[in-house]
Amino acid sequence: MRLTHFAPLLFPFMTIGAVQAAEVQVAVAANFTAPIQAIAADFEKDTGHKLVAAYGATGQFYTQIKNGAPFEVFLAADDTTPARLESEGDTVKGSRFTYAVGTLALWSAKAGYVDNKGQVLQHADFQHLSISNPKTAPYGLAATQVLDKLGLTAQVKGKLVEGQNITQAYQFVSTGNAELGFVALSQVYKDGKVTSGSAWIVPADLHDPIKQDAVILDKGRDNPAATALVDYLKGPKAAAIIQTYGYQR
Amino acid sequence: MPLTSADYAAIWLTLKLASLTTVILLLIGTPIALWLSRTRSWLRGPVGAVVALPLVLPPTVIGFYLLLALGPNGWIGQFTQALGLGTLTFSFTGLVIGSVIYSMPFVVQPLQNAFAAIGSRPLEVAATLRAGPWDTFFSVVLPLARPGFITAAILGFAHTVGEFGVVLMIGGNIPEKTRVVSVQIYDHVEALEYAQAHWLAAAMLVFSFLVLLALYSSRRARAGWS
Repeated sequence: MRLTHFAPLLFPFMTIGAVQAAEVQVAVAANFTAPIQAIAADFEKDTGHKLVAAYGATGQFYTQIKNGAPFEVFLAADDTTPARLESEGDTVKGSRFTYAVGTLALWSAKAGYVDNKGQVLQHADFQHLSISNPKTAPYGLAATQVLDKLGLTAQVKGKLVEGQNITQAYQFVSTGNAELGFVALSQVYKDGKVTSGSAWIVPADLHDPIKQDAVILDKGRDNPAATALVDYLKGPKAAAIIQTYGYQR
Repeated sequence: MPLTSADYAAIWLTLKLASLTTVILLLIGTPIALWLSRTRSWLRGPVGAVVALPLVLPPTVIGFYLLLALGPNGWIGQFTQALGLGTLTFSFTGLVIGSVIYSMPFVVQPLQNAFAAIGSRPLEVAATLRAGPWDTFFSVVLPLARPGFITAAILGFAHTVGEFGVVLMIGGNIPEKTRVVSVQIYDHVEALEYAQAHWLAAAMLVFSFLVLLALYSSRRARAGWS
């Protein structure tokens, strides 16, 4: 963080070496950590720009951005936070777009525990069902919508445990403390299949779409690398990577 | 009032957790501190270090390992399941266990210092007057170490009120069971409900200030500190 204060001083020297190449500071929703690392490698190779990412919770990023954080592009975990920043005049108008649509999965660390239709939710033999906080995490909100639609809200009420974010919801399940939970498919999915345990990939019509929006922030207005990154994210190469991690486009 | 019923539930739960934790810590911390202040065993160093470890480890790290240990595959979890208690994560009991570990040094160390300050002479005098070990403890050690007990109780209580990481990791954010004030404030901030967060944080700040004011204004308590 401290280094960024010196960025303006370093800038002239950096540009001597690599003409046109710039650095872009990106705030990335924690659930998108793995895909952005894969995308960054390609992006840096293809454009010569450098991507510097910070990972964290979307709500915290909002607070930091409002208080002068040096981020130039924001890849949020939802669509409301970027929209809010846009309406408050902290973004480059017209730069907001959906870079990924999340897929919800009902997952257990135990193999064979979750069937491929989610019938396991109807049985009462589990003690804890883990979700992320529906007030702050889009996946948590989607999970409660699914339970509503299946008419199970009252039945599972006493069994719900909340992680503050999707990482913690996953942690509760992976450590076996909750038998099953609603997680992001991207957390348990690699190269077209579920990597461990058992999962039901929740049909998208059971909840509102989990749109993850990106936006160019005010600080990135004149940075060519910020524009280049957004263009790159919209392109086919990034789309292919994003899909292998269990997101839609 | 700007505080909601969920906020009050969190405040009540926090006070319950901190009180119970303090009582338990005074009960198990006293023999540990007494032993640490008297023993010449080589174990004194290692045990003292273990008691102080929660000062060093980040609370979320302690919480993560508690999540593993208390879980169905952890050694504590295996034990509680064998007893028919199930697992203790996501329960008030689990939070109490976590808080006892987390606040342990804040209770043991003031007590240890208070016991050490008494020295061996009053105990020797008591022994020559034929006082047994229990009699000596209740008639001599306890009254002389009173300031240390007050300091230990206040610090243990205050530190548990401020606990966040451990609860976050093993609590599961269940209203009236594991959703304490610090987690509730964090929730408000995350949900961008700043006004709610400000009110609750202010209440917590005023409360903590009063507790610490009581500690630092009391001369007798100060004698047992450091």
